[in-house]
Amino acid sequence: MDFTLTEEQRMAQQMVREFAQKEVATIIKQQDREQQMASFILSRMGELGILGICLPVRYGGQGMDYIALGLACEELEAVDSTLRVVLSVHIGLNSLGLFQWANEEQKRRFLTPQARGEKIACFGLTEPGAGSDVAAIRSSARRHGDEYVLNGEKMWISLATKADHCLWVARTDPEAADPHDGLSAFIVELDRPGVRRGDLHGKLGMRAGSTGWIALQDVRIPVENRIGMEGEGFKIAMSCLDNGRYTVAAGATGLIRACLEASVRYANERQAFGRPIGRFQLIQQKIAYMVQSYDAARLLYLRAGWMKNQGIRNTRETSLAKWFATEASFQAASEAVQIHGAYGYSDEYDVERYLRNSKGAVIYEGTSEIHQLMQAAYALGYRQDAPLRCELPAYDPQVWQSE
Amino acid sequence: MNIVVCVKQVPDSAAKVVAEGGRVTWGDAPLVLNPWDEFAVEAALILQEATDANVTVISVGGESTKEALKTALAMGCGQAILISDPALEGADSRAIAQVLSAAIQKIGDVDVAFFGKQAIDGDMGVTAAQTGRFLGWPVLSLASTIKLEGDKLVIERSIEEGRQIVESKLPAVISVSKDIGEPRYPSFMGIRKASRANIPVWSLADLGIHAPTPLVRWPDVVNPPAREVKTEIITGDSPQQIAEQLADKIMEEKVL
Amino acid sequence: MSGNFLVYIDQFKGQALPTSWEVLSAAHYLAEKLGGSIYALALGEASQAVAEMAYQYGVEQALYCDDPSLADYRPEPYTALVSKIAQEKGVGVLLFPTTSRGREVAAMCAVDLQGGVMPDVTELEVVDGKIIATRPVYAGKLLAKAVCDVEPAIITTRVRAFKKPQGDASRAGVAQRVDAVMAEGDIRTKVTGYAQAGGGVSLTDANVIVSGGRGVSNNPNLTPPADMDEKQAEIWRAQQGFKLVGELAAVLGGAVGASRAAVDAGYIPYAHQVGQTGKVVSPDLYIACGISGAIQHQAGMRSSKIIVAINKDPDAPIFKLARYGVVGDLYAILPPLTEAFRKRLGK
Repeated sequence: MDFTLTEEQRMAQQMVREFAQKEVATIIKQQDREQQMASFILSRMGELGILGICLPVRYGGQGMDYIALGLACEELEAVDSTLRVVLSVHIGLNSLGLFQWANEEQKRRFLTPQARGEKIACFGLTEPGAGSDVAAIRSSARRHGDEYVLNGEKMWISLATKADHCLWVARTDPEAADPHDGLSAFIVELDRPGVRRGDLHGKLGMRAGSTGWIALQDVRIPVENRIGMEGEGFKIAMSCLDNGRYTVAAGATGLIRACLEASVRYANERQAFGRPIGRFQLIQQKIAYMVQSYDAARLLYLRAGWMKNQGIRNTRETSLAKWFATEASFQAASEAVQIHGAYGYSDEYDVERYLRNSKGAVIYEGTSEIHQLMQAAYALGYRQDAPLRCELPAYDPQVWQSE
Repeated sequence: MNIVVCVKQVPDSAAKVVAEGGRVTWGDAPLVLNPWDEFAVEAALILQEATDANVTVISVGGESTKEALKTALAMGCGQAILISDPALEGADSRAIAQVLSAAIQKIGDVDVAFFGKQAIDGDMGVTAAQTGRFLGWPVLSLASTIKLEGDKLVIERSIEEGRQIVESKLPAVISVSKDIGEPRYPSFMGIRKASRANIPVWSLADLGIHAPTPLVRWPDVVNPPAREVKTEIITGDSPQQIAEQLADKIMEEKVL
Repeated sequence: MSGNFLVYIDQFKGQALPTSWEVLSAAHYLAEKLGGSIYALALGEASQAVAEMAYQYGVEQALYCDDPSLADYRPEPYTALVSKIAQEKGVGVLLFPTTSRGREVAAMCAVDLQGGVMPDVTELEVVDGKIIATRPVYAGKLLAKAVCDVEPAIITTRVRAFKKPQGDASRAGVAQRVDAVMAEGDIRTKVTGYAQAGGGVSLTDANVIVSGGRGVSNNPNLTPPADMDEKQAEIWRAQQGFKLVGELAAVLGGAVGASRAAVDAGYIPYAHQVGQTGKVVSPDLYIACGISGAIQHQAGMRSSKIIVAINKDPDAPIFKLARYGVVGDLYAILPPLTEAFRKRLGK
């Protein structure tokens, strides 16, 4: 067992940290207030290679491993959750899904420009009436010769108005005995006629990010845009979630770290009753819990990343990491606000934003309740992961880094 | 064209540096590439892009200094060399300059040697000038822009009075000011290359020199006397009232 | 240490940099302890008058060279001449001001003369005939003692660390011209011109510095022009804040400083940066506006005589250094503060 990061991983982490701290930390408060994603974020992340960090060089990526993806997410969310969401959606939910399930031609057409950051990707699963209950998806795709005609609406889609490609899950077989088997996955280029989309505002947190809706009305796409086979949509979506949840877990770990660092700094500076408040045991307890959460969350996501590197199925471990880290980040943010007292309640400090941002991740990419059901089901023997037709490839530096 | 960048590894600028018993300690703060040297690396890479030059980054230090060299490699330098020798313990600036000049000569056919303005640990700011003097090359310090025009360099230097524009023949030593522009981040490709790099280590014997005798000793290092400040917080009912009070207080200090 | 003292008077186009005269008080202190004569040397265009000014601060002899090859500062011909004079005059200690030129010539003379260089010295002592120099390291987080075991010792003194000596206009003399050492043809560089850097910031010489930090952009009440993107809007806000900082500095006859955060964010040019990777300053009055006081910033200004902090955050570390603090919005405080000084200073 080796708990040391490689030099490559450490340097990649440091590089993403510099970007986030130098370029985004300075403006994030204002963006959060204005409920706008800063216009340079996506182009800059693309230019720096962050949008293709863990994809093979021959698909336009940077050839790093899955752990580097996790470390990048940790660093991004230590500054703002919305930065990490970009990787969750662009890489975790979309690009890695293509890497796992798409054919060579589709990888060339869709994955390569995404990994290069030339095209931005999003993920269309959730609908106004279908969240945790994926089988309730109503979006439809009907085949007409060499084309599919798509109709339906997706909600709470991160980067809905920024993305070029959407990995869209729709029903191709309304008659399927198990409704899960009636779903298929597609790449929809969002400049096609019949696509409408918009932003959603008024969110509790994630205000410096982009969340919206996409509606398709008789949108025609070639058959070549279908990912995997007809009926594999649910499996593909679940694979995407295995990767998306991994980025959420790693990001939430970064958020815990941000809470811890802000709390330690404040506890050393702020005086009450003639001494720094860090000297008081009830403050110490809160800080001790943050340390505990941070280390545990970090170990959990790194284990999941290690399993991805090894090519071992990690649905259970990723779900556990996501459930634990997001709950712990919400707790840590809440306690960080408490430590900051009234100042923590105002947007002069960052911790109130941490608290607002942390709540979202307890809901999306599987609510905490879903993860609890999953963990119980694994423990009770109700749930087993069957092998997939296409598994996420194990990390091989030779393969990843060859041109 | 051959370019050398001379760098140093130093404790991070955010480190809490404390003197204990005449020695400097910085707790568990990381050692990093000297921030001023990042600008030197940036300048070298800008010149490299314009000329397709070969960039070698070198440093004098212990084994851990390879980390700083790797940062420079990850930013885009072509190769790195560490100069390490137990005999350099206690070396002064002049000795380091002599060693660097010997290394630059050993590399051979070097056209430009870049340096940062100074290192944030010793704050000496003399290494570029001394190395240039040992080499007998022109020294162009505090460069803010660097262009190669034919076989001469055209440099703008930041001086107290503004900018001085200088032309120089090659080879030359250049120290770089922050005005050159923000140093680039390491690229992922560079990181992959750096993490795999095998950095050669040169001893003084490899350079064909003996340890230069240090001429300056540092018998002691101490913490600065604690500043006894009693802070008076000025309060008032309105900004105007606070401003008036504060202005009175400052006038009483007789510093204006 | 024995021998004479050579003081390098740094000048630009016939104007001595004020800190040059401070070096003479360091030289007088050492000469008193160690014996020996003090020589002053000025090089370059119109350097004779500059050299002769040194007489009023008490020197044995002032020397100058206004050879056309020295008209513009270039390190090689300057160093060659300083080294030669040091040898001719039996100099045991060379002293320079810590200016860009002074530091560089000092460094290079140390190579020529096999001397030990101790730049940016803030204190000097003589113990058992040896000079012990104190110099800040780690941007002033620590003080190091340095001893040079050989001759010559080469020292540059930090700006404002030594008091300029009392001048005595009755002490006058004629400076002696010396010849340049290098022929123009042997010099490998050519100065082709000068350009102004924005607004003549001279932070290190300033008695008063008013500095702004990242907090200067923190005024949501300002509405930037509609066509700006986020970054431009932020910089625009910051510039409105720096206008207020600049107005206060102007009334106080001071310079405008900035934290690294403000410089990195593009609010103000680097020439204004105070701190570990900027300028290290020690004015009589330092007013920090919207600066939290990161350790790197503190390192650059902590030796200021009176520090005033204006910050919204009562827990900002800068207050620990400050003699006076105002917990409040710089946008509210600075305009009336500028007005209050305008009245008091009759401006």
